[in-house]
Amino acid sequence: MKKSKVFWSYLALALVVYAVVQFLINGNMVSYASQNMLITMCINIMLAVSLHVVIGITGQFSIGHAGFLAVGAYISAICTMKLGMPFVTAILIGAVVAALAGLLVGIPTLRLKGDYLAIATLGFAEIIRIVFLNIDYVGGAAGMQVAHQSTWTYAFFGVFITILVISNFTKSRHGRACIAVREDEIAADAMGINTTYYKVIAFAIGSFFAGVAGAIYAHNFYIIQPTAFGFLKSFDILIFVVLGGLGSLSGSVIAAIFLTAVSTYLQGFPETRMIIYSLVLILVMLYRPKGLMGTKEITDLFKFGKKGGTRT
Amino acid sequence: MEWIQQLVNGISLGSIYALIALGYTMVYGIIKLINFAHGDVFMLGAFIGFFAIARWEMNVFLALILAMILCAIIGVIIERVAYKRLRNATRIAALITAIGVSLLIEYTVIFFRGASPSAYPTVFETSNFEILGVKISTQSILILSVSIFLMILLQFIVHKTKIGKAMRAVSHDADAAKLMGINVDNTISATFAIGSALAGAAGVIFGIYYTRIDPLMGVLPGIKAFIAAVLGGIGIIPGAMVGGLVLGVVETIVSALGYSLWRDAAAFVILILILIIRPSGIFGKNAREKV
Repeated sequence: MKKSKVFWSYLALALVVYAVVQFLINGNMVSYASQNMLITMCINIMLAVSLHVVIGITGQFSIGHAGFLAVGAYISAICTMKLGMPFVTAILIGAVVAALAGLLVGIPTLRLKGDYLAIATLGFAEIIRIVFLNIDYVGGAAGMQVAHQSTWTYAFFGVFITILVISNFTKSRHGRACIAVREDEIAADAMGINTTYYKVIAFAIGSFFAGVAGAIYAHNFYIIQPTAFGFLKSFDILIFVVLGGLGSLSGSVIAAIFLTAVSTYLQGFPETRMIIYSLVLILVMLYRPKGLMGTKEITDLFKFGKKGGTRT
Repeated sequence: MEWIQQLVNGISLGSIYALIALGYTMVYGIIKLINFAHGDVFMLGAFIGFFAIARWEMNVFLALILAMILCAIIGVIIERVAYKRLRNATRIAALITAIGVSLLIEYTVIFFRGASPSAYPTVFETSNFEILGVKISTQSILILSVSIFLMILLQFIVHKTKIGKAMRAVSHDADAAKLMGINVDNTISATFAIGSALAGAAGVIFGIYYTRIDPLMGVLPGIKAFIAAVLGGIGIIPGAMVGGLVLGVVETIVSALGYSLWRDAAAFVILILILIIRPSGIFGKNAREKV
């Protein structure tokens, strides 16, 4: 009873946030630039949360997330621009194809561990990028023109559904199995958890939502190019998750919001931005390797004094 | 004859990969860290060589030695500042720090000189030898001879000197080595110094051969060199050489067949195949994971 109350209040809060922003946009009180920043923020939150399932929850170190972003972006762009489908269908198709790509990448590579998995996923992401680079149907290196269709509504509900599904997944039986895999894979295996199954599931869910983010990304920037989905994009997404705290959903969201705002203001100085980024990354890793939030959620901060002590 | 020509080109490229891969494999062998910043040390080496030759009008070999010494110092600084604290941290933290260091080096260089490429000065007139109808340029010969010399030197250091013995001991079991009175920290620093010096040399050679350098040039060769190290069996020095040569030859063949845009994909396909089929690499032995 109490849990569902909390759930409904968060839901109401989210809808209020949406309504307020939509009202401001309708009243022309939000400049075009800040509207764009809001959509970018939403895309980054989706990417951060979807990678959080793979790295934070399941503990599988994947650094090729931009590959799935690229699949979602290109497939949805093909759907709307070449096949004339409506945007919502295109988002769904892009996401499903990205999830299939996640399965395709995940099944062979998830047998690997740690560094090897990281470098293999990086390799897959590069292969995906090079494939798009070499298909003339999607414009090759010159890129592909995409109509601007992403609005605050699409971006917001993308984020909303992503967070809803992923936080519920984390709390479910499957999510707990994934956490067990993260904590100790061998022990989890010994307790009868099918580790490969859960790793692949988490990977597929992560790439599904990366695909949604990709679809919204593609329809926000008028043009998509293979160079936008390289190592740097993957590292960007990784930085959100790591800085927010490995294993903290709200941490990834906060880091994504914060870093998007910072990088928007530093857009005029891309070198400085990357230097600050990398310094922050190094310093956080040296002095607080768990990330800013650790595995705590923001909601935990409001639970002081109830039933003694905080969760760890 | 066309094929032999491509083979020569492939071996030249492969020996550059091999030089970088040696640093990766030594560092991975000793502290189990993919040192992403290694590719950027390679880039710094190329730039030091560029300044030495173009601005300070040094001889090629002096420039090569200067680049090696400075890169060795940079490597040790990176290790002492960024990686030393992470000896006992999780692997993920170490890997992310390495990515951070790599980005920091790249963008600091871009900050100071811009991202535009520089043209490497011509160090000497290129002349071609004709052997059995195959044209071999003096540059290929220089690259090959320098690489082979450095690899032999490395084999000598690792197998015949005291520090080499310490390196092998630490990579085998760091705790036991410490108990035997080996200074583990110094040994790790020495490993970084040697690996970075080789990467610096590779950078200068790369500049001379391809005549175009830019601040992000280290990213792709760096990752390919890592692939070469995995291919040969990571932690195994001859493996890195063979892996580098194989990778160089495969890439050149893929380009020669007319698929030059797929060249980079070939390296990653090799990586994934080797990881799935034989994760310990060509020369590696299968070790069971301890529970």
